[in-house]
Amino acid sequence: MIRTLRRFSLELLTVLLTIVVFIGPLLFILFMAGKTTPEAGDMTLSLPKNPQYGENILAVFQASNFLLVRAFINSLMLTVFSIAVLIVVSAMAGFVLERRSSRLLSITNSLILIGLMIPPSVMTTIWVLQGIGLYKTLFGLIMIEVALGFPFAVLLYRAFMVTVPRELDEAAMMEGCSGWSLYRKIIFPLLKSVSATVIVLSSINIFNDFVNPLYFLPGAQNATVQLTLFNFMTRYSTQWNLLFTNVLLLTVPPLILFLFFNKQIVAGMVAGAVKS
Amino acid sequence: MNVNVSYAKSYSYWFLLPAALIYGLFFLVPTLASFYFSLTRWTLTESYFTGLDNFIMFFSESSLNIGLVNTVIYAVLTAGLKVVVGFLLAVMLTSELRTKHLLRSIIFFPTLISTIAVGITFSNLFHPTMGAINNLLLQVGIEGPDWLGDVKLALLSVALVDVWKGVGIALVIFIAGILAIPQHYYEALAIDGGNAWHKFSNLTVPLARPALNSVILLAFIGGLRSFDLVWTMTGGGPGFTTDLVASIIYKQYQGGFYGLATAGNVILVILVSALAFPLFRFLSKAEVDL
Repeated sequence: MIRTLRRFSLELLTVLLTIVVFIGPLLFILFMAGKTTPEAGDMTLSLPKNPQYGENILAVFQASNFLLVRAFINSLMLTVFSIAVLIVVSAMAGFVLERRSSRLLSITNSLILIGLMIPPSVMTTIWVLQGIGLYKTLFGLIMIEVALGFPFAVLLYRAFMVTVPRELDEAAMMEGCSGWSLYRKIIFPLLKSVSATVIVLSSINIFNDFVNPLYFLPGAQNATVQLTLFNFMTRYSTQWNLLFTNVLLLTVPPLILFLFFNKQIVAGMVAGAVKS
Repeated sequence: MNVNVSYAKSYSYWFLLPAALIYGLFFLVPTLASFYFSLTRWTLTESYFTGLDNFIMFFSESSLNIGLVNTVIYAVLTAGLKVVVGFLLAVMLTSELRTKHLLRSIIFFPTLISTIAVGITFSNLFHPTMGAINNLLLQVGIEGPDWLGDVKLALLSVALVDVWKGVGIALVIFIAGILAIPQHYYEALAIDGGNAWHKFSNLTVPLARPALNSVILLAFIGGLRSFDLVWTMTGGGPGFTTDLVASIIYKQYQGGFYGLATAGNVILVILVSALAFPLFRFLSKAEVDL
């Protein structure tokens, strides 16, 4: 009896502690975003006295000549195009990398593993982009996101290809369906679940990316959403309410993805970790 | 129809071409080029070969080499805490706790928020006099420290925030690893009279080894490459006490010292390779087969 009681209270304590530590900061963001500027200046973890979420959201959108609207459009384009290219390129590569084996492919596999481990070289990437006229362009940044996302994505595709039986390819080849049409009509549709995982994980990563836009797409006109946060930080160093409203707005898209694709996100992270 | 011809055609190397072009041009070429440009004084348009000057400067200048030490400390701290905290949470959340699904989602949620947003939020919470954390401590009679202003504490504070944000990933990987352990092992142990500690140390830890190894490696490499959280929360300060190699690279880039910044990159590559590859080999050796 005493043991069960002790165990129960210990469990209750850990659960409470977890909730305080993990929910506290999230509530803080939520509360701060609804306050007036002087109220938010107190930095306390308290409910806003007269919640003014509407006004704050409007103010954040209007700030710096609707910079946030432009940034949302930039981030959306960056995310959508990067993922489209990433999927086309990685699925094809994963297909051949799993089906064939040769000296060339084992070198390729090692080069992909290197990409998972070592950090990209920033300055020489700028040098390459400048050399081919893509520095400070959205297209250039898209190419960078694809190149850096490729090792992880191709790993997921290759791992999933193992579960697609080769007999299927052979049957298709007997019917005269080989090469591009085999891939296009039979293999790629079967990779749907991996593609979903790649879409969800990469869109969160790219939408939340700060470092690459900072280096490769500088300039206020080109700002992506995470960079607007940084601009607001100096501008509104005393207007914490607006800064946290901005934080809240940027958290909405990943949250929606999480609510709908919870399973794919977790599956992707686990598969990526265990298979590598 | 000749099946071999059909094979070569079906699994043609052409499928690799688009990936090879993009990955090669935008990742491999810059990586290779960095080894040359790290040996130069460089303005992006002109470069003068200076030998090992940049590296010598990096290792002799105290504002630069502090980053090396900090980076290793930071990676060890964040990876260690993520593994320990994440694993204990995973054990707790695979037991018969009623709220486990809710708790799992709650702990996972911070991984969805951008690093910058997390950094801004905690800079505010950590404010020495007005911040919510020190206010809370004051109410139980503790005078809170200057989390980000104290030279001894600042790096640890940032590392704790990193753990708060990233432990959710470790958690889901651990949960998957623990749930993959066949249930009859536990039943056998229960028949032999093993207690909860035996269960944990003799079964759960050794059999969840693959998951543990993945998290250790992922978290450690992530820690070595880390940049944006430090940059948002302290900017490398106070002084240079929280500067990491990655934040120093950014500072040198801002200052226009491209050769020096590239040398920093090469040092980071060497650091990651020198630590991560032996760690990988060591961990794979320790893995047991089911």
